[in-house]
Amino acid sequence: MSDATETGRVLSADGTPLKKSLNRALRVQKMRALALIAPLLIFVLVTFIAPIADMLFRSVENQIVSDTLPRTVAALKDWDPESGEVPDEQVFDALYKDMFVAQEQKIHTRVGSRLNYENVGMSSLFRKSGRAVEKMGDLYVDQFEDLNDAWGEETTWVALMASPAYAQAATGWLAEQDAAKKAGQAFTKAPPAFEPAPGIGDLLPQTAEAFGQFADFMRTEEEETALDDEPWTLVYTALYNDLTAASEAGIAAYSGPQADLLKEAKAAVATFESASRKAQFLEADEDWGDVGVWQTIRVYAPRYTPGYFLNAVDKQLGPDGITDQPENQQIYIMLFKRTLFMSMVITVSCILLGYPVAWLLANLRMRTANLLMILVLLPFWTSLLVRTSAWKVMLQQQGVINDVLVWLGLVDDANRLIMINNQFGTIVAMTHILLPFMILPLYSVMQTINPSYLRAAKSLGATNWTAFWRVYFPQSVPGIGAGSILVFILAIGYYITPEIVGGTTGTFISNRIAYHISSSLNWGLAAALGAILLAAVLILYWAYDRIVGIDNVKLGG
Amino acid sequence: MALDQTNDAFVEFQRVQKSYDGETLVVKDLNLSMPKGEFLTMLGPSGSGKTTCLMMLAGFETATHGEILLDGKPINNIPPHKRGIGMVFQNYALFPHMTIAENLSFPLEVRKLGKSDREAKVKRALDMVQMGAFGGRRPAQLSGGQQQRVALARALVFEPELVLMDEPLGALDKQLREHMQFEIKRIADNLGITVVYVTHDQTEALTMSDRVAVFNDGRIQQLAPPDDLYEHPDNSFVAQFIGENNTLEGTVKEINDKIALVELDDGELIDCMPVNVSKPGERTRVSIRPERVETRKERLNPDAHLLKAEVLEFIYMGDIFRTRLRVAGNDDFIVKTRNAPDTVRLTPGETIEIGWLPEDCRALDA
Repeated sequence: MSDATETGRVLSADGTPLKKSLNRALRVQKMRALALIAPLLIFVLVTFIAPIADMLFRSVENQIVSDTLPRTVAALKDWDPESGEVPDEQVFDALYKDMFVAQEQKIHTRVGSRLNYENVGMSSLFRKSGRAVEKMGDLYVDQFEDLNDAWGEETTWVALMASPAYAQAATGWLAEQDAAKKAGQAFTKAPPAFEPAPGIGDLLPQTAEAFGQFADFMRTEEEETALDDEPWTLVYTALYNDLTAASEAGIAAYSGPQADLLKEAKAAVATFESASRKAQFLEADEDWGDVGVWQTIRVYAPRYTPGYFLNAVDKQLGPDGITDQPENQQIYIMLFKRTLFMSMVITVSCILLGYPVAWLLANLRMRTANLLMILVLLPFWTSLLVRTSAWKVMLQQQGVINDVLVWLGLVDDANRLIMINNQFGTIVAMTHILLPFMILPLYSVMQTINPSYLRAAKSLGATNWTAFWRVYFPQSVPGIGAGSILVFILAIGYYITPEIVGGTTGTFISNRIAYHISSSLNWGLAAALGAILLAAVLILYWAYDRIVGIDNVKLGG
Repeated sequence: MALDQTNDAFVEFQRVQKSYDGETLVVKDLNLSMPKGEFLTMLGPSGSGKTTCLMMLAGFETATHGEILLDGKPINNIPPHKRGIGMVFQNYALFPHMTIAENLSFPLEVRKLGKSDREAKVKRALDMVQMGAFGGRRPAQLSGGQQQRVALARALVFEPELVLMDEPLGALDKQLREHMQFEIKRIADNLGITVVYVTHDQTEALTMSDRVAVFNDGRIQQLAPPDDLYEHPDNSFVAQFIGENNTLEGTVKEINDKIALVELDDGELIDCMPVNVSKPGERTRVSIRPERVETRKERLNPDAHLLKAEVLEFIYMGDIFRTRLRVAGNDDFIVKTRNAPDTVRLTPGETIEIGWLPEDCRALDA
């Protein structure tokens, strides 16, 4: 039977192209392989890769500013930060609206905290202003209500601002709620969605927007309708603004609900006492007069920012571009350097301590070697916390080692050695903890080195040392490489041990990351630091691959 | 065994014993003396102590008791690297992280030779084993036979007077092994070096050696030149271990200094050379080589004892015929005959008479 057609394509027995049938055959194998690893793959993706990716993404995320202060951010676009002048009334008005909504939602302190990372003091500025902003509109509330009591009625506002359908639905919803309450039943029905009255958006744009936010807020946050509460003072302020700005003719032409009330207000509004928002804010906190505050808001307005990464390398993004952090706040570069340095010291200590042990293990009889191997592995079966705490007991000034040294008279009782809560303590404890990770790869590589190499070297005239150094050691380098990579990468991200025995001089970058995650809640900076650490490890791995070659790393025979 | 205390002994073992665990002796009372330039093979089954002897000579094991002398000087306390003994290992032990040239240069470097000196010697040694073109390669890039040559060159490059070889050809295929046997022998003869060679392959031992020491159970069973060993084995172990051998069991009936009359277990009588039997009534194992069995009685002395044999199997092997017979109750009695024009091809089932010269038939220990 011919295998090939005239076109030269090879066909299988049933006439389909061979490539196709081969692919089909392989596809089944591939699918089976995939199905086998799928559970683990999904587990790792969901519980490991995805959270890490999400976390790292936070290092550039900055939506909070533009989401919380959208109007302010927009208004600030026209402001020239170089002018040295505080922005004008329009920007303050936008800030007022943003702040009012934010403080009602109680999120104004979050953006304060975010901006506080870049400009210390902004957290308290926002907290203080949040309280003040609620009262800024009281002036207008009073004047409107003095003019006509109807402005104090929820029904007036709903009739004016909301569509009749919404007014009806809200009334009905309230009645149902009352009925349920009387009957003693639980009432779970959601309040109706707000719909603005037709045309009101054109007539009173700011008021419509403010009332709409108020109604939405009532529905989503309070689970009530706009009928349940007097509108925010923001709504009164907006109404004042709208009426001041609206033309006489426009108001006169309005014929919807509450038209008389509106016309009365329009006539009176010119005589209303008004206040400058700028003055109100400055009264609340004079820091609003600081150009730096506005510059910070403007610089951190974009949705994505390199700010966290710059902070992570002791720089900051200010109105003048990238600058160094003040000297007394530069700690991260130093911490990175310390982490790298101490990880290297720990790796080298592990090599020096682990190499002879691994050699012994590899050259003893199997039974003895297994017994010793259990001793090497014993720490693995003990809690990390227990081992670290044990070092605390050993190394502290009133600890075992100091006591023995004092008892032997080697150390004066008054000058006990400080061996913990510093770099020394961290290096000692971490070397001990990471030692098995060095010994195991070394051991498995050394086991594969035939003892006849050493014998050959000696028979050729090499002394024990030369035989070891020229013949044995080069062959054990892959084990050293594997152990070093393992120990170094584990050490560089170590957290618990430095936290417990590191004090202030022995802590790692990871301790700072943990601090930002759990105490300062600056997750963006934590993510940036973590991303840099991850990049550092990957670069070192890459460099190792280029220099030594990852193929030379052996974790087993 | 008598102690051969000649003055020209180059390597000497004196009453050497070795035990690893303090309970059993791996080497029991070893005495051996070899002159300069000799090619001596230690032959024996695994566990017979031959490799241990080699390792003691190389310095990797210490003798539990006794003295090892090299060129008249005791070397028990000299570390291996000062003994100046070249060694070829079973797995070659070429350093995998060095090139071939670096491997050869290593013993010269540790002897602090100058660079040009080293290069010249490395080149000469590589040329000697026809590996001159491979200096830049790594051991892993060479075939087994090539690695073997390099290992040999490395053991010789620093011009040792004594070279030890621990089953160096064990990993090679048959054809290459035969070729290398010849080559090692040639190089050793050319250089006039003394070689102690360990193997469990008796063909290798017979073809290469000046003398062979047959090891069993921690003792040298026989130390003799190959032809002696083959034709005049001292005891039944050597007879069995070296070459193919037919044995018949029986009792000594009469004995004088030249001939022993042995009554086989089925009552037949044969003439033998008494080797380690001394008086009538002793049990003995009679040994006769397959190629010394004569199937045509016209070639034997008229008064020679003949045995009845039944042909069980006839195998054509090209240059020889191999016939299996039943003789005196032994189903495994082999006869080898040369494939000559006048040789009769026996057919299974046939009964014939066989015999041999009394000096080819040795009465050994039971």
